[in-house]
Amino acid sequence: MKKKIELPDVVLESGIKVKPIYGPEDVKNIDFKEDIGEPGEYPFTRGIHKYMYRFRPFTMRQYSGFATAKETNKRFKYLIKHGQTGLNVAFDLPTQCGLDSDDPLAEGEVGRVGMAIDTLKEMEDAFKGIPIDKISTSLTINSMAPIMLAMYVTVAEKQGVPPEEVRGTLQNDILKEYIGRGTWVFPVEPSIKLIGDTIEYCSKYAPKYYPVSVCGYHIRESGANPVQEIAYAFLIAKAYIQHVLDRGLDVDDFVPRFSFNFDIHGNLFEQIAKFRAARRLWAKIVKEDLGAKNPKAMQMKMIAGGGGGGLTIEQPENNIVRGAYYALISALSGTQTMALCSYDEAYTIPSEKAAVISLRTMQILLDEMGLRDTVDPLAGSYYIESLTCELEKLIVDMMEKVEKRGGLVKAVADGYVQNEVAKQAFLLEKRIQEGKIVKVGVNKYREDEEEREIEFHNYKAEEAEEQIKRLNKVKKEREDSKVTKALKALKKAAEADENLMDTVIDAVRAYATVGEITATMKEVYGEFKEPVRL
Amino acid sequence: MRKNPIRVLIAKPGLDGHDRGAKVVALALKEAGMEVIYTGLRQSVEQITHTALQEDVQVVGLSILSGAHLPIAKRLMKMMKEEGLDDKIVLIGGNIPKGDISKLKKLGVKEVFPTGSEFPNIVSFIESNVPN
Repeated sequence: MKKKIELPDVVLESGIKVKPIYGPEDVKNIDFKEDIGEPGEYPFTRGIHKYMYRFRPFTMRQYSGFATAKETNKRFKYLIKHGQTGLNVAFDLPTQCGLDSDDPLAEGEVGRVGMAIDTLKEMEDAFKGIPIDKISTSLTINSMAPIMLAMYVTVAEKQGVPPEEVRGTLQNDILKEYIGRGTWVFPVEPSIKLIGDTIEYCSKYAPKYYPVSVCGYHIRESGANPVQEIAYAFLIAKAYIQHVLDRGLDVDDFVPRFSFNFDIHGNLFEQIAKFRAARRLWAKIVKEDLGAKNPKAMQMKMIAGGGGGGLTIEQPENNIVRGAYYALISALSGTQTMALCSYDEAYTIPSEKAAVISLRTMQILLDEMGLRDTVDPLAGSYYIESLTCELEKLIVDMMEKVEKRGGLVKAVADGYVQNEVAKQAFLLEKRIQEGKIVKVGVNKYREDEEEREIEFHNYKAEEAEEQIKRLNKVKKEREDSKVTKALKALKKAAEADENLMDTVIDAVRAYATVGEITATMKEVYGEFKEPVRL
Repeated sequence: MRKNPIRVLIAKPGLDGHDRGAKVVALALKEAGMEVIYTGLRQSVEQITHTALQEDVQVVGLSILSGAHLPIAKRLMKMMKEEGLDDKIVLIGGNIPKGDISKLKKLGVKEVFPTGSEFPNIVSFIESNVPN
């Protein structure tokens, strides 16, 4: 008699049970033409462009920027010299929360996790000598997005580049800030209105600019599983789109410039299937639910990067290897832009060396490993296609669950989503601590780490002082009457519920500070109160 | 056996919005039978001290990932002392370099649980340090 082999159960983070062997019977319900189709054609399962990387490689865009505008400018030039094709700007926390560098609440935080911006002056310095018309720039900013967009187009204008030539992406996704990252300022409703303002502005004046990058990334980094990551991100995108549709804009005009930011860590196949499922589902949502006719509106464009959540502080060099696999996943998933968390990013701001290793990882993949050669090489795999279908169904179910509860905006305002994500984070952490999910170097193959040496990014307090001096100098040199007038006009526009972009641009041009502009808006909108429930 | 459950305040000082660790630890302590008060992001040292007093907690746990743990701990310990809250057990979790642990303890922080600390260790530390 044959001995029966006992195989261990495999359950993915999404809850899907994995069989040891997949075959034709697992894809028999899939209609290749309808469900998978051709690359560059609806429903875009295989990718949004016909020839993908064979025609144009993915953009490589590392997140960078720290301390002062001048230092950030140096790092930008360094990355461009090493072949990076787009910039991604990190701002410090006071800037992200609408505080000037001399605000008491900003103490100890100025220039710590990104560049400090108080007035237009810093944006001018950061982009000195960088041709804005030749490079696309992502601004990782949310509640302050209208102000930073205003500064960026103003700097472009000073370089002789009109708004219609400006290329780049504004992160500008406030709903995920309430769920994850936490740099909210204003309450939910006016915050969505401000996003509407930037979309409307770009639609009219800066048609090459992507005004919103909806971030499943930070939701997953906060603990969400892959299904929650996509479901919540799509609900967020739908909330912004609905708001803008209510203003009378045409879905075919502005949705083509929506993009997404997603996270990569965890099971390789689950991530790839997640992106293929998401691409197909987004196309269906935009076509069927939103009634779009323009295929470009149906294409889910994304930056998919290696997530910090997968990296470990233990044996940090292992993160170089993890980063390489995340990049591989990203390339196999048809990403438009790739960014990797560097190996030291689990505990600090990346060193120059670590940032270049990340860039080289992506370049090796593209130029040495054949990832450019053919489009969506995993299409037709029994496992991948079956997993893609299962994930799509789970994402749809998750979206329906929130919609039945009264929709995402309500679910964020009352803290439901935050609570769901925290519960998932707790579950995951428990499973790691119990050894049910393996993290190499953490709960398996652990080494004695008494001598663990970590090189931390050096925070220089004197640079914060210098920044405050610069701020004071700008304040002295500007015409105060112009600032007062601009802020008055801004307040009036906010009270009248008008689009604020014009008045914000005027305020920025007059060298009003980020703190002054924010305070003016707070007078009208108030501040967000965090719904804390556990 | 304890008559009343241990009361813990979990707080996030500063502008740092990384609250995953704070929430996860709060849920772990809750599961271990403690009463946990979590107050959300951007808590000032004054607010934390005030809540500790108001809620009559025995333990104050701070989660800090921005690197600003030393100045924050210094200010908090001073204010707690001024308010007569020296008997509270102060714990810090987050992204804390090894070299800073002894400095934090010198300031009066009872224990430091860096990123990756296991729940049972945190729970048993609290249980054995809070008097019955």
